[in-house]
Amino acid sequence: METGAQNTADISHLVTQFKAVPGGLLPLLHAIQAELGYVPDSVVPSIATGLNLSRAEVHGVISFYHDFKTHPVGRNTVQICRAEACQSMGSRSLEAHAKETLGIDYHQTTADGSITLQEVFCLGNCACSPSVRINNDVFARVDQDRFDELVANIRGEVEIK
Amino acid sequence: MKFFIPKDTTALALGAESVAMALQAAGAEPVRNGSRGMFWLEPLLEVETDLGRIGFGPVSSKDVPGILDALKAEPSSHNLYLGPVNEISFLSSQQRLTYARAGVGDPVCLDNYQTLNGFKGLKNALSFTGQQIVDQVKDSGLRGRGGAAFPAGIKWQTVLDCESEQKYIVCNADEGDSGTFADRLVMESDPYQLIEGMCIAGLAVGATQGYIYLRSEYPVAHKLLNIAIDRALEANFLGDNIQGSGKTFHLEVRLGAGAYICGEETSLLESLEGKRGMVRAKPPLPAIEGLFGKPTVVNNVLTLAAISSILEQGAEVYQNFGMGRSRGTLAIQLAGNIKRGGLIELAFGVTLREVVEDYGQGTYSGRPIRAIQVGGPLGAFLPESQWDTPMDYEAFAAINAMIGHGGIVVFDDTADMAAQARFAMEFCVLESCGKCTPCRIGSVRGVEVIDRIVANEDRDNNLILLHDLCDTMELGSLCAMGGMTPFPVRSALTHFMSDFTGQGRGDN
Ligand SMILES: Cc1cc2nc3c(=O)[nH]c(=O)nc-3n(C[C@H](O)[C@H](O)[C@H](O)COP(=O)(O)O)c2cc1C
Ligand code: SF4
Repeated sequence: METGAQNTADISHLVTQFKAVPGGLLPLLHAIQAELGYVPDSVVPSIATGLNLSRAEVHGVISFYHDFKTHPVGRNTVQICRAEACQSMGSRSLEAHAKETLGIDYHQTTADGSITLQEVFCLGNCACSPSVRINNDVFARVDQDRFDELVANIRGEVEIK
Repeated sequence: MKFFIPKDTTALALGAESVAMALQAAGAEPVRNGSRGMFWLEPLLEVETDLGRIGFGPVSSKDVPGILDALKAEPSSHNLYLGPVNEISFLSSQQRLTYARAGVGDPVCLDNYQTLNGFKGLKNALSFTGQQIVDQVKDSGLRGRGGAAFPAGIKWQTVLDCESEQKYIVCNADEGDSGTFADRLVMESDPYQLIEGMCIAGLAVGATQGYIYLRSEYPVAHKLLNIAIDRALEANFLGDNIQGSGKTFHLEVRLGAGAYICGEETSLLESLEGKRGMVRAKPPLPAIEGLFGKPTVVNNVLTLAAISSILEQGAEVYQNFGMGRSRGTLAIQLAGNIKRGGLIELAFGVTLREVVEDYGQGTYSGRPIRAIQVGGPLGAFLPESQWDTPMDYEAFAAINAMIGHGGIVVFDDTADMAAQARFAMEFCVLESCGKCTPCRIGSVRGVEVIDRIVANEDRDNNLILLHDLCDTMELGSLCAMGGMTPFPVRSALTHFMSDFTGQGRGDN
């Protein structure tokens, strides 16, 4: 997996799509990440050329935003909300539990490549905390048991609703 | 019989999809409505019957057969029966203007929106001059709902008065404060209202292009907004020659990328331009030199949504709600450790205690409330002695607190307020744009100093240092990120000092 930073993916169709869009760099980076799962260093020169920016500018933007990943991530992204509303409902212990059971810290990927763990600050689900987002789905009132169940589900170990 | 089961983020997060599937399996195809914002009842199943819209909640898929049986006989016999939804006191006691339509029907159904008075404000606006629209907004007394509470009409006047071939309307949908979901609820339960408000703003100031800057943490809102924009365009409520008026307004959603600071309006504009979200010095004001250097209205989702009701019902109706200089209604978001959390729209002036005790019914954990943080991560922690403060911009400012975007996060008596103060500093470390030293470096030092205080390393001197650091951040920061991070920290020190010293629980 970790060799992915050498990715030589062709993103020229995306550059073509966004180069004339005003302020098109963020939409372009989102589109690249949606296609490749991350924004490899190898695509920076073509972004820079296409959008008429310096490579340093492109790097600067990628590194400013928490969303953009420069290395491959797991097949699933699990985000735990660390913001105040979730803290008030025990997200600190949920975080500790998640790190311990997955055996990884934030921004790391499990050895089987199934899960990348991330922190997030607010999912807008603050009346039913703690909240967890898995890929594009948000889950409410996630205690430790529910977390284990959700993880088992995405690993294909159990099927839940 | 017609069934309704919401498709907003919270209802989905609590299992609404499986309830919908269970209904389908039983041959009862539900309408996927928005949420009414009574989140403790989600998934809230509503049924249109001879008795009106009755509710059951919170419902899980396994409750569906029993509810369907009860509906054939005596609905009230079911233990999840809530009665007519409009009579649930949490809802019936609210003063809903912005959220009047939330949860009633399918949020992206244009017919539904129009049946419920949608686009009447826009039609009125099309018969006015730009100045007449701006005057309505001024007369309404509407102040920005994103946090700074600046009068919307004055901002719009500035943009209207600028000569420029290109102007922009930018909707701030970055909603980064923890404990807030009011913008999300508008976008997921009544997106046309926001679209209508933005279109009216465009007509008012002479802007033909709008952008909604939406946080990437809101995938459901993203999807619904895009559907709504497409349909509004198709029905000519957006685009060229709107409703035959000769007026143009185009609208596009742009996604943020997980940076809290991009909720600050100038950082947001940089981000929309495709750059790092570095805060700009003001002046120039965005109203004069905003997006791509052009005159730009930047308003919060709720500010723009309120425009629709103001233009529909008239400025006076809106202005008749509220107290003092805080006019209209406030979207209170009750969150955190709370039994009945959700959206509460009320005229300004209700006290914090009424909100958490009457609406919220205390904590979810059942333990006593210890502290309440109002206004997001930059808001103070309020001890019980301050809960009788009315929710009004000026009354909160008078106690060094802020209403902000209206989010309320409740903590029970297990909360460690020193840890919360530390988190405030840590959040500033993570989210500072990096432009000012007091914010970028001061917050790093703040975390270290709090750690030393808690560890009882030279505590007295470190406490003095922490106060100095807060002074420096307040005075030397360009924006409220660095400038207000000291608010939660100082309030924790003032009211919950015992958590820093480990000497029992002597709150004051
Ligand atoms: C650190 C910081 C974060 C902010 N986040 C938001 C936000 O998420 N949403 C918002 O509408 N305003 C936010 N604001 C306020 C905006 O800068 C600005 O005042 C607002 O968008 C103006 O719109 P309004 O007048 O309608 O409130 C933030 C300000 C600061 C300093
Ligand atoms: S106070 Fe912080 S976030 Fe605001 S401009 Fe300065 S460094 Fe950036």
